[in-house]
Amino acid sequence: MKDMNLDDIVGNPREYELTFYDGSVRKVFVTKIETPYPDGKLIVSRTDKAGIITHVNRAFVEMSGFSKEELINQPHYILRHPDMPKAAYKDLWDTVEAGNKWHGYVKNLRKDGGYYLVYATVIPNIRNGEVVGYTSVRRKPSPRKMAEALALYAQMLQEEQS
Amino acid sequence: MTYQMTVSPDFAPELIAGWYIFNTWLQKQLGEGIHLELYNDFKSQREAIRSDQVDIIYANPFDASMLIREKGFTALARPAGKQDEAVIAVKAQYPADCVEDLPPGIRLAFTDDPDVHLMGMIMLEAADLNADNTEKRVVDSYVIVAKQLIRDEADVGFFLKEAFDNLSNFTREQLKVLVESQISIIHHSLLVGPRLAAQREQIREFLLKMSADPKGVGVLESLGFQSWENVDQEDAEFMIDLMDTLG
Ligand SMILES: Cc1cc2nc3c(=O)[nH]c(=O)nc-3n(C[C@H](O)[C@H](O)[C@H](O)COP(=O)(O)O)c2cc1C
Repeated sequence: MKDMNLDDIVGNPREYELTFYDGSVRKVFVTKIETPYPDGKLIVSRTDKAGIITHVNRAFVEMSGFSKEELINQPHYILRHPDMPKAAYKDLWDTVEAGNKWHGYVKNLRKDGGYYLVYATVIPNIRNGEVVGYTSVRRKPSPRKMAEALALYAQMLQEEQS
Repeated sequence: MTYQMTVSPDFAPELIAGWYIFNTWLQKQLGEGIHLELYNDFKSQREAIRSDQVDIIYANPFDASMLIREKGFTALARPAGKQDEAVIAVKAQYPADCVEDLPPGIRLAFTDDPDVHLMGMIMLEAADLNADNTEKRVVDSYVIVAKQLIRDEADVGFFLKEAFDNLSNFTREQLKVLVESQISIIHHSLLVGPRLAAQREQIREFLLKMSADPKGVGVLESLGFQSWENVDQEDAEFMIDLMDTLG
């Protein structure tokens, strides 16, 4: 995956290097600017079995800051924020690969280096008895539960890095 | 044999005649007897579905999942441009301008319409409100939801957007909208059951051609929309997946 482009960044970024499950490495620039979750909307995406994005709705495009063309056929880790622990996504993949529904609170990275907070649900898409891909639907999170999750993630991240 | 058609109990009461007209039209096209049975609530309709009495149904998205996955129904079509969206409203004088202003302990009023309830609760979750820290009143119609708010018998009401927009001006002026959903992918659809499997594609064709036929146009008018849009297997599965993530 291509590094983030400093020209796209709004505000004062910090630089991180992320390593993904497939061994690829990406330089990301991160600011502290939050884009508030829009009232009443759902953010929807679908992936194939490998986590490559196949479908996004308009709210996804608006919130991520990417165009639809920049998202389709990219790995879903294009949104991976360095404040999220790896274990959260391992749990996501273990759950959906076993055919189950996953719920969780997620901090996502925008194209402009900012972030947005969601409560996400991921389910396997089963067609004729076979998993053909995954769908994720995000909604505006409960502020209390989001705060609890972020505190837990900060702890998990420290453990992962030590 | 005579087949049974039914309509999701959340349809607008002023459209009752329209569904009878549609049923007559469909019988003529198909050359089969179809009896229209209208149930008063979702509970009695679900019992009829469970005991395999229903063959054609204009279904709420919530029930469509069960009909397709458990009862072998197939979705054929949906009203073009018509989506299910929810509105959360309070009395105009109520001291809140968004859901985040609502305190725990509030009294919610809604109908037994399952998808509106689901969307309403999702929008309240963003304010840390849920079934445990709210009270609920389930009433028979959206007009009664509005009355409960105006008479201070409830604090917050959930409405199907279409039903909210159809309230009288006088009623709407006494209410205040806190939030509206903009989901745009949840909708009612017309489904047929296994006993009509052989005629399924023929029915689909009748529906899709309806807006090109002068008689059909009149029937559609009485149902309150302009045409049917095709729903294929994947469209239906996608919507069910979405409902699954919300449930
Ligand atoms: C349907 C679906 C939606 C996903 N949505 C996100 C997302 O919004 N943000 C994110 O960082 N990861 C998301 N993931 C997880 C990513 O695939 C990936 O696991 C994660 O970004 C961490 O990268 P890694 O697994 O390479 O460590 C999603 C996965 C699936 C299957």
